[in-house]
Formats: sequence, structure tokens, C-alpha cells
Amino acid sequence: MAQRLIGLRGTTRAVVVKGLRTPFVRAGGVFGSLTSLDLGAAVVRELVERADIDPAEIDQIVFGQAIPTLLAPSIAREVGLASALPRATEAHTVSRACATSIQAFTDVASAMALGVSQVAVAGGTESMSDVPIFTSRPLSRALVKASRARTLPERVRAFAGLKPKDIVPVPPAIAEYSTGLTMGQSAEKMAKENHVSRTWQDEIALASHQRAAAAWKDGVFDAQVMHVPIPPAYTATGTTDDIVRHDSSLEALAKLKPVFDKVHGSVTAGNSSPLTDGAAALLVMREDRAKALGLQPLGALRAFAYAATDPGDQLLQGPAYAAPVALERAGMTLKDIDLVEMHEAFAAQVASNLQAFASPEFARKIGRSAPIGEVDPDRLNVHGGSIALGHPFGATGARIVMQALDALARRDKRTALCTVCAAGGLGAAIVLERV
Amino acid sequence: MGSFQTEMRGEVAVVTFDLPGEPVNTLSPAVGTEFGEELERLGRDEAVKALVFTSAKQDFVVGADVKWLGSLRTAADGEQASREGQHGFDRLAFFPKPVVAAIHGACLGGGLEWALACRGRVASDAPRTQLGLPEVQLGLLPGAGGTQRLPRLIGVQAALDLIVSGNPVRASKARKLGLVDEVVPRSILVDVAVEHALAFAAGGGRPSASPRRSTREAVTRAALEGNPLGRRLLFAEARKQLLRKSGGHYPAPERALEVVREGLEKGFEAGLRAEARAFGELLVTEVSARLRELFFATTALKKDTGVDGAAKARPVHKVAVLGGGLMGGGIAFVTAEKAELPVRIKERDDASVGRALSHVRGLLDQRVRRRRLDRRGLEKVFARVTATTDLSGFHRADVVVEAVFEDLALKRRLLAEVESATGDAAIFASNTSSIPITRLAEGAKRPGNVIGMHYFSPVEKMPLLEVITHAGTDPSVVATCVELGKGQGKTVIVVRDGPGFYTSRVLAPYLNEAAHLLIEGADIAAVDAALRAYGFPVGPFQLLDEVGIDVGEKVSHVLHDAFGERMTPPATMAVLVKDGRLGRKAKKGFYRYDVKGKEVDASVYASLPGGATRVPFPEEELRDRPVLLFLNEAVRCLEEGILRSPRDGDVGAVLGLGFPPFRGGPFRAIDAMGAVEMVARLEQWKERKGIRFEPAPLLREMAGQGKRFYPDSR
Repeated sequence: MAQRLIGLRGTTRAVVVKGLRTPFVRAGGVFGSLTSLDLGAAVVRELVERADIDPAEIDQIVFGQAIPTLLAPSIAREVGLASALPRATEAHTVSRACATSIQAFTDVASAMALGVSQVAVAGGTESMSDVPIFTSRPLSRALVKASRARTLPERVRAFAGLKPKDIVPVPPAIAEYSTGLTMGQSAEKMAKENHVSRTWQDEIALASHQRAAAAWKDGVFDAQVMHVPIPPAYTATGTTDDIVRHDSSLEALAKLKPVFDKVHGSVTAGNSSPLTDGAAALLVMREDRAKALGLQPLGALRAFAYAATDPGDQLLQGPAYAAPVALERAGMTLKDIDLVEMHEAFAAQVASNLQAFASPEFARKIGRSAPIGEVDPDRLNVHGGSIALGHPFGATGARIVMQALDALARRDKRTALCTVCAAGGLGAAIVLERV
Repeated sequence: MGSFQTEMRGEVAVVTFDLPGEPVNTLSPAVGTEFGEELERLGRDEAVKALVFTSAKQDFVVGADVKWLGSLRTAADGEQASREGQHGFDRLAFFPKPVVAAIHGACLGGGLEWALACRGRVASDAPRTQLGLPEVQLGLLPGAGGTQRLPRLIGVQAALDLIVSGNPVRASKARKLGLVDEVVPRSILVDVAVEHALAFAAGGGRPSASPRRSTREAVTRAALEGNPLGRRLLFAEARKQLLRKSGGHYPAPERALEVVREGLEKGFEAGLRAEARAFGELLVTEVSARLRELFFATTALKKDTGVDGAAKARPVHKVAVLGGGLMGGGIAFVTAEKAELPVRIKERDDASVGRALSHVRGLLDQRVRRRRLDRRGLEKVFARVTATTDLSGFHRADVVVEAVFEDLALKRRLLAEVESATGDAAIFASNTSSIPITRLAEGAKRPGNVIGMHYFSPVEKMPLLEVITHAGTDPSVVATCVELGKGQGKTVIVVRDGPGFYTSRVLAPYLNEAAHLLIEGADIAAVDAALRAYGFPVGPFQLLDEVGIDVGEKVSHVLHDAFGERMTPPATMAVLVKDGRLGRKAKKGFYRYDVKGKEVDASVYASLPGGATRVPFPEEELRDRPVLLFLNEAVRCLEEGILRSPRDGDVGAVLGLGFPPFRGGPFRAIDAMGAVEMVARLEQWKERKGIRFEPAPLLREMAGQGKRFYPDSR
């Protein structure tokens, strides 16, 4: 049952006018002293400056992060305020794990299709240098109990029975709540079940680095990546992605030891995306509004789809479920697509999804008559992906959108399919086209 | 309609002061009489148990009507007026029903004395709410009981701080001092005052606890204020401090000190009599007259659009600044913080961007440390400031202020770049102290939008902005920049383009003359001391050290080229600059920067004729030669139409160059001396030192006709 979102055609569809991101930087690096909010505010403020529009035109900001900042849980609103958007610009926060800023983008696009928004900022931010650290369950129970206690002895008794290990702070796990498996373990599981060789994984990683390095060298990212002066001294400036390697080789990648299964494993630090700090934002508006403001859109959102699979099965296979639906809604097949941007959580996940795209067996499994098709490696992640560029969870979706639109323009092509896998077995797919 | 409206809130009469047809509430005998009558009526009304006194304006009461003060001609008149004010507030203080003042906005001078005569005081927590006794800044002292009531309420030391400095305090500080009983949001100000009034009426004490003082404070207070010996020490110290600050030029703070002391030693009534006497005597001093004139002049400038026609200021939504150095960063800061506008800075590279942001951030941090701003306020202001290395974000700027290196070619290039990056209405303002705006505009696509905005360093502190117009500057552009400058917290004078504009131009012959003295053998410290004695905050050599000897040298050449012989700079400056002696920034100048305290760097004499042997000069000569040239050049500026009025020249010199405020500015100073006398002195020096002392034609004319720059002044 093909469903088409009529609203994504015609003058009320959403177009991207400008995209901007901070450099993506290894956690604990040059952005080590910044919060998610700092990064988000910096990128939105600069996006609006560079777009040269009256900030009062922006009616909403939709922003998110995968790991919430507990001191600023309404991150979209805080980013809006801290980036000096008008106080009247309304805001809401979204979360869809690694697909968070895809969600932000499709949210504002949907609102535009419905006619309830004209101009919006959509994006996401993540600081893995500033993750919330929790107390253990027993300690937090004791603290809550103590805070309700009326007398000193009652307060003291609340802490009775705590063991020393309960006092140790707990960092957030990047693990599935429902299965307990970490992302890396899930990727390892997929590599084994889909028989993805170590070599194939390393080749994917190598391509990611080589293409990203070439793109940096050719100035592809100059207009997409802002420079971030680092407070409080402002003596340092974040200027470039620091994960991409300009000298990587298969030999070097092959030397790395597997991380998640030291004996039979194949997933290494080299063929995985690292913990990253960064933020990205898109200035989105209705096509007719862009025209009225005299702005040249980079491209439009033609269709989108989200899907989910059993997290206990192949956790990061979501794109293979979402992509056929998005293509169908766009009225297209893979043949109509010029470029594919696939988020690289792990090379094993990319390989597994590409396999599934091409597999008649997988098509049958999800009840479709034919597979999506083979993805031409030359059209995939042409300027590198998350393995080389880094993966600040909340920001990756917006990064992929601006990178895809830029790549289309450079090649004078028309259409792109972007996919992102996310925790919980979720998958996101969108179809973009140049206007 | 009267000035007071009374409304009953149960048993409390709320009396609201609303001076008809005036933007602010001020005090005068007429207001006093009217209030007295209202008080009497409410005294008789048995339904009234207590009173609350408040204001309908944006401010509480801003003080006495300064115009009315000017109408008091003799010391006796002044004393009499003060006595009447005292009696009025005495009646309020001894009024049988409790009165509580509800204070929002400025509560200054007579306004605070009014509040002090009430039983209690409640203030709003708005930043606008400020309490103070600024009379000394007009060369006066609080003349309606303030010098007596304040020390009795908050202690001698705290009271002296307020009275002698004239600086106001915010509500939170006032609460800490015990000046007000409670600080509340404005929305409930009158309600709380009514509660306080009822509590007083019910025979209760002060409705809120007295402020808690630290033990240390309590001990110091007991030691210094509780006994005659400690008090003597306190007054001696206070006197020493203020003499150091005033240089003996301002009699008012000293008199205030005496009056407070008199009251403490001989009692309230004796204190009041001393206060009235001192008030009357101060009122007729030259110093007070000059300070009040200056007050009127700056007040008038606040209302001046800067243009003579009907041109209106255009709205400004965004400002861009080229160059984020000391000047550019300062301009960005006052734009974001004072004018509350977004500002985009362009710098040449990331490191410079970082320095610019760090500079602005540092100024904001300073505001936080001084409690002028809280952390969240800081973030809000700082969010308005962005910096870039290209011209992105300039397109929407209404005003672009250029604050780069003083180089015409560079400025022209930037102007061209900015013109192509901005809209047709964008104003290009050059922050320059010497580049001719006319020359800059010659290369412009839209010369009508080109103007000068000469800020003074440090921008965040210096109160003056000199806006410079060339013949083709659009009047609405002038009005826009004047309005922007006011928004940035500046007092703005508009001057016509000409070499050195106004401020740099009058300063140049003054500095040149100091250098001439140096070459003739005068001692650096002696020259500086003589001009400090005249009333300048620093002497010419210290000033050169601060602004940079090279900067001074550069400007002096520009002026020499323009005006010829009379502006010839002595060759020595170039020698010093060549030696790398650039002033404080190079840690090498006329003074030493490797030792504590101000010590002349004697090694400088080696580069000068005469060497280390210095010749004693009469102080009069050290003072007169530079000052006369300063004044004479100011007259030329007026004559040539560089200045719009003597008023602008006076305010510009005082706020921009540190010309002694108690002299009222160069034109007031000439009026005080008399044009005839000034011409005579110039002629005398001309004979000895040459053509540079040639009196300005306008000055000769005025001397010949016995005219004054301010015909109506006393």
C-alpha cells in the first residue's frame, strides 16, 4: 500500500536554503570544554548570519540530541534563545537517536506541508565530552528518599544498605535498553550473521577516509563547516574535522585489533564511527517563501519514511526497511537516484544494509516483490561518511542532508537517497531532489 | 491639575507625584507648597491612618529643578531656599501619621532627601531604580537635610561615600546599606509600601529586619564612628582621599564633609544650619555655575538630533564592525550591551576573531564582576555578538563601523568591499581620528552614506562620540548615527569634516607646545604637573604615553600638512618614535613602566637638546602656553564651522579630552578670562615664540566688540 505525501509536491514543499555545521571533533578534543548547547547555539547563530535573512522570519526551531543535556532538557528552545533568535520563535525538541536531526528536518517539512510553518531551523547537536553522569540506581533511590525525609535520623537511614560500588558514578551506556547489547556488539553480530569480511569492512572505512580527505583538500567542506572560536579564552579555534585521516591504508586498518570480540571479531576502532562532538543545522523553508525572499534553494525534500525492526534481530538494519518505502513515496526506484548517502555507524552495518538492498531474500522477508537494488559504490558517500567525518549523534542527519545536496550540485545531479540507522532497530530514509 | 493625586487604599492614602507636562518629577518651591497643603489635608482627615508616597513617572524624583537653582542669585537666596526645603522635609519627618516612600526609578538629590524624611522606604528591584545624592557633581551639596539624615540612617562612612562621590547605588546595595527597608518587584511595590505604612500605623517597628552587617563591618563602624577620636580619623582620611581626587579644584565635597561633621558634633539643628549656609555659598561659586552649565549642555545634546533640518534617524536593526581590536571590540561591546543590537565583527583571521571575542567577553565579565550584569544577562548580550573572517552577515547591517588601521587606502578598499556586500541604505562610518571623511567619500559609490564616527579609547568608558560629516553626507545618515551613538550610551557632538575634526585638532597644538617646552629645557614632570594643576586629569606627556607617541606624531603631521606653520611639530617626536619610544604599549615612553608609581624615564632627555640638564620654568608659562593654544584652536574650529556651537565644543573638550569640567569647557574658559585678556596673552607669546600664537580672527573680533560666546551667562 503505497502512501504518498501529497504535501511534498508543489509550492508548499520544504526546501533547504542553507546548511552549516561545526567541525566534527573527537570527543575530548578542541570542543572538550563546550556543551551540546554551546555547539548548537554557535551553529544556529552563524547559520542565520550567513543566510542573511531577518531572524524574525524564522517561526520555529526544531532541534535535538541523542543523549539529553539534563540541565537544558528543552534543548531546541535553549539553542534558539542562546543563538539570539527572536524570543518569539517557538521551539520543540526531538529525539530519534542517531536519526535525530533527520527527524527535526522531516518535522519542519511536515509542518510546512500542513501550512503551519513557513521558515524553520532544523538540526541537532551532541557533545560526547559533556555526557550526563548518573548515580547508580540504589544511590539515586537513597537520595530521593533522603530528600523526602523529615528528620535527620530518617535522612541518615535512607543511605543504609548502600554498598561501596553503589557510590561509583555511572556514564550513559551506548547500549540497547531492551537487549543490553552495545552498538559495537550489535555490529559484530551483524558482521557474523551476514558474513561480512574484515577486508570488506576495512575497504569501506578506507573509502570513507580517502573520500573525506579528498573533499577537505578540494574545499568541498569550506562552506559547510564553520570555524568555532573556543571560549573562554578564544585562543583556540575549531576549524576542521579532526578524525579524518589523510594517510590511511588497508595495511594500517588491518593491523587494528577487534574491539568487541577479541577472538573471532572483525569490528575495529578503524571501521567504526568514533565518539564525536559537533552540531549541524539546516535553514528550511517553504518553497514559495524562499522564492518570495529571493533565496535560491539547495534542494527539496521529496519523500521520507521511518521504519523499525526487532532490536534483538539485526539492530542497525533499519535503512533497508525504510528506504524502499521512501522511494515508493517519492514515486521512484533506486535507478532514479543519482547519489546515496548512508550513515556509517559501522562498516559492518553499511555492508549489511547494502547486501539487504540487493537481496531478493531480504525483499521477501519484508514482503516486497523485488529488492531495492545494487548501490553503485561510486555513488555512495562520495565525500566520505561518519567513519571518517565522525558521528555526533544528534548532528549527523543534518550533516548528511547538506552534504548530499552539495554533492548533487557539484555533479549537477538531481536526486539523492539518504539513510540513517538508529538505536532501537529504527531506520530513516529520505529522498532529496534539487529544485 | 495639581502635581499630586491621592487615592485611598483602605486606611492608607497613596499620594502619587506627577508633575504636569514634565517627563520627570523635580523639586521646586511650588511643588513644596503644594505637597505641604496635601499633607496638611491628609493630616486632618481622620479616615487616613498612614501615607504612601510614590511617583507616576518612569523615575521617582530626579532632584531639584536645576533651572530654578540658577534663578537664585545670591548666597543668601540659596541659603534661604535650602532652609525652606529643610523645613518642608522636617514637617514630613515629624508628620504624626507614618509615611512610606515607594521608590521606582531614579531617586536622586532632593528626591532621596524627600524619601529620607519618610518613616520608611521600599524600593523596586528594577535596574532603573537608583538612589543617590549627586549634588556634588553640580558643585553643590544636598541642601534639604540630606547631609544630616543620611549619616544618622546608614552611618557616617557609608553616608560620606554617597554624598562625597555623588554616585548613586542600586536597590540591592541600598538595602544592604539600610537606605531602604525592603526591595520588591515593581508590580507589588505600592502594595508592600501600603503594608509597611499600616504596620507603622499599628505601632510596630520597621516591618523588615535591619540589614545584617558582618562582624568586621560592625567592629570598624564602632571603632570609627562610635567615638570622637575614630570619627576624627575617618574625616581626616576622607578629606585626604577626596583632595587627591579633586586636586583642590572642587570645593563642594569638602564642604559636605564639614557639614556632616558639624551635625555629628553639634547636633541636627546646627548641622542643618551649616548645610544651608554651605549650600548658599556653593551655589554662587564659579565651579558650580560651570558644572551646571555643563549639565544643561549635555542634557541639551541628549535631545539634539544632530541635524538642523527635519531629517529623521533611520531604524537600525543590525550593526557590523570592521576590525575587532581595542576600538572595534569596544564598539561591538557598547552596541550589544547598551544599544542592545546584534553586531557582526569582521577580522582578518581566526586568531584575530578569537581576540575580538575575548575582548568583548572580557568587558562583559567585568560588568558581571561589578554586578552590573548577571551571568544570564551576559549570555544574552554576548549572543548578539558574532565574528567572521569574511563579509557574510554584512548584507543586513544598517550601519557598518570601520575600526581598522589609520590608512586612507585601506579604508577606501574596505569601503568598496562593504558597498558591494551591503544594501543601498547601509551607512559606512569610519572610526578615525584623523583621516578626512571627504577624501574617504570621494571613492564611494554612495557618498551620502559615508560618515565618521570617532570613538575615544577605551570605548566602553569614554562618554564622547564625535560624528563627522562631509559636505555630501545625507542628513538622515547623520541623524541615524547620532541616534545610534546615544543608544551606545554616548554623548554625541556632530562636527564638520576638516583635518583633525575638532578634538584631535585642538589637542595637537597643545601637545606640540608641550614638546616645544621640553625642547626648551622644561622638565617632563613639571609640565605634566602644571597642566594637572590647571585641572586636566593627566598631563600632556602622560597623555602621549597613553595614546601612543607614534599616534600623536602621525596626527601632528596630518595637521601640519593642512594648517602649515602654526602646527609645525617639533622634530623631537619623530626621533623618539624612531627610538621605539612609543609610550605605554611599548613599555617605553616619557615615563617608566618597569617600576611602580609614576617616574619620568630620565633616559628620554638624552635624545633631546639640553640633555639631562633641565631648566626651571615658571608654572604659569608651562600652563599658559599649551592651554592658550588649545583655546585658540577651539575658536578657529567654531569660526570655520567645524563646530556647530560653543556648546558642542565645550562638551566635546570636557568629555573627550579631559578638559577641566569646573572650567566648563574652552569657550566657557575664554568667557571667564575675557576675549580681550586672551588676545593680550596670545600677543605676548606671539612676540616671544612666533606665529603659532596668532589669535584666531574670531577671537580678535570678539575682543574688539566686547562679545562673549555665551552672551546670556553671568
